[in-house]
Amino acid sequence: MSWADTILQGVLLGGLYALFAAGLSLVFGIMRLVNLAHGDLIVLAAYLILVLVSGLGLHPFLAVLIAMPLMFGVGWLLQSYVLNRTLGPDILPPLLVTFGLSVVLQNGLLQAYSADSRRIPAGSLETASVAIGPFNVGVMPMLTFASAVAVILILNRVLYGTELGRAFRATSDDATTAGLMGIRPNRTFAVATGIAMAIVAIAAVFLGTRANFDPTIGPARLIYAFEAVIMGGLGSLWGTLAGGVVLGVAQTVGGAINPEWQILAGHIAFVLVLLARPRGFFPRAVD
Amino acid sequence: MALLETHGLTAFYRDFQALFGVDLTLEAGETIAIVGANGAGKSTLMRSISGVLRNGADQILFDGRPIGALDAPDVMSLGIAMVPEGRRLFPSLSVEENLLIGRYGRAMKGPWSLETIYRLFPVLKERCHTPGTALSGGQQQMVAIGRALMSNPRILLCDELSLGLAPIIIKDIYAAFPAIRASGASIVIVEQDIGQAMKVADRLYCMMEGRVTLSGRPAELSREAIHAAYFGVHA
Repeated sequence: MSWADTILQGVLLGGLYALFAAGLSLVFGIMRLVNLAHGDLIVLAAYLILVLVSGLGLHPFLAVLIAMPLMFGVGWLLQSYVLNRTLGPDILPPLLVTFGLSVVLQNGLLQAYSADSRRIPAGSLETASVAIGPFNVGVMPMLTFASAVAVILILNRVLYGTELGRAFRATSDDATTAGLMGIRPNRTFAVATGIAMAIVAIAAVFLGTRANFDPTIGPARLIYAFEAVIMGGLGSLWGTLAGGVVLGVAQTVGGAINPEWQILAGHIAFVLVLLARPRGFFPRAVD
Repeated sequence: MALLETHGLTAFYRDFQALFGVDLTLEAGETIAIVGANGAGKSTLMRSISGVLRNGADQILFDGRPIGALDAPDVMSLGIAMVPEGRRLFPSLSVEENLLIGRYGRAMKGPWSLETIYRLFPVLKERCHTPGTALSGGQQQMVAIGRALMSNPRILLCDELSLGLAPIIIKDIYAAFPAIRASGASIVIVEQDIGQAMKVADRLYCMMEGRVTLSGRPAELSREAIHAAYFGVHA
């Protein structure tokens, strides 16, 4: 049963990648903004949760509830005062600014917390597992995957069932005409980035309890998130989950064959998916 | 006091001046039409009033209040809704969602709601869950009008309603206007079709090269005078 077990672990790991990717996908879908600092913002949120856990003695899941509104605020301010100024017909300014932000965040965290690798302690949950049929499944990986599904369900409900979601989609279609409806694109974007950062806080708690992290691991998380979004097809959140699962399974299977192949196997899977389906599994965006 | 007034309204696209001192009034309950050839400044005038283009604050008065410098969401929340040229429906929204978004910035109680708009344009109800841009041009124009009405505006700005539509469809669209007038909205219509404009409007403004060249009640204006004001030459 070991192969089936490996694949199951990979599927659950895909939930973590989907969490990395959901916020990126939301922001890109609404404002065509590629946030190169997304991975570093995940790491920032992980340190924030670590401080709440080790400083105040909170349980990680309680800390994440505090970190979510704080990260929403970070996203709102970042979009309102920095990123909105970079948006325009030229796609280069947002790339340059978020790349710079990535460098600033990495070095700021290095200055504040040193290069030592850290981990968010989650007590007995770290090693808890339950037997499902022939498999022993970790509780944390299952919670990760369940959170990813819940985040995507809620995001879809917001996008397709609320006034805010209609405003997101209308602004994404045509910002000038959205203005005629009373929508302020810049405020809508600030709320979207705020939501993306609240999701980043959820991703961060699972990143930080699952494995060690240090200030430099952000860019690699960004690449996993990108690969999940692109394999899934731009604009589809369920596609992002599927992309995350493919990436997770490829890495886990690759790692089971030879630990050196773990990361490479994920990238190879990404290339193969793009060769077979250049627009991803569930392309929605027309452009 | 007029509901809407412009005084010496000027508008620019960077260095290019598109309006050269336009004076216009709209009384409460009135329908006015603005006619003119391509490039006369009609759409620029609509974009200025709706706040898409910013102007000097005192150049546009709404209920006596200077609104020329406000942006589009602010103008819209005061009760001036626009049906933009080319309809501009949101492709990722269904017909019903396109209508609902019309009240995003101004959820005002009044005669217009989803129900009354479906009564005005029954064909939209049958297709309420299809994407807005999957409809025919005429039906899309109905959605665009309904979307603007959803905010229960005091002034409805309609830019080139007949653009690209067959004459029979244009007739259908204008058939809705008596009901819209009866609901209390004042209406500004931009048209290239002079005949249609004269039928629907209480007063007519003719524009050429960024200026008003003629205005008056349709019955008092001769075809020849309009022709001269429209093309700048005597027929």
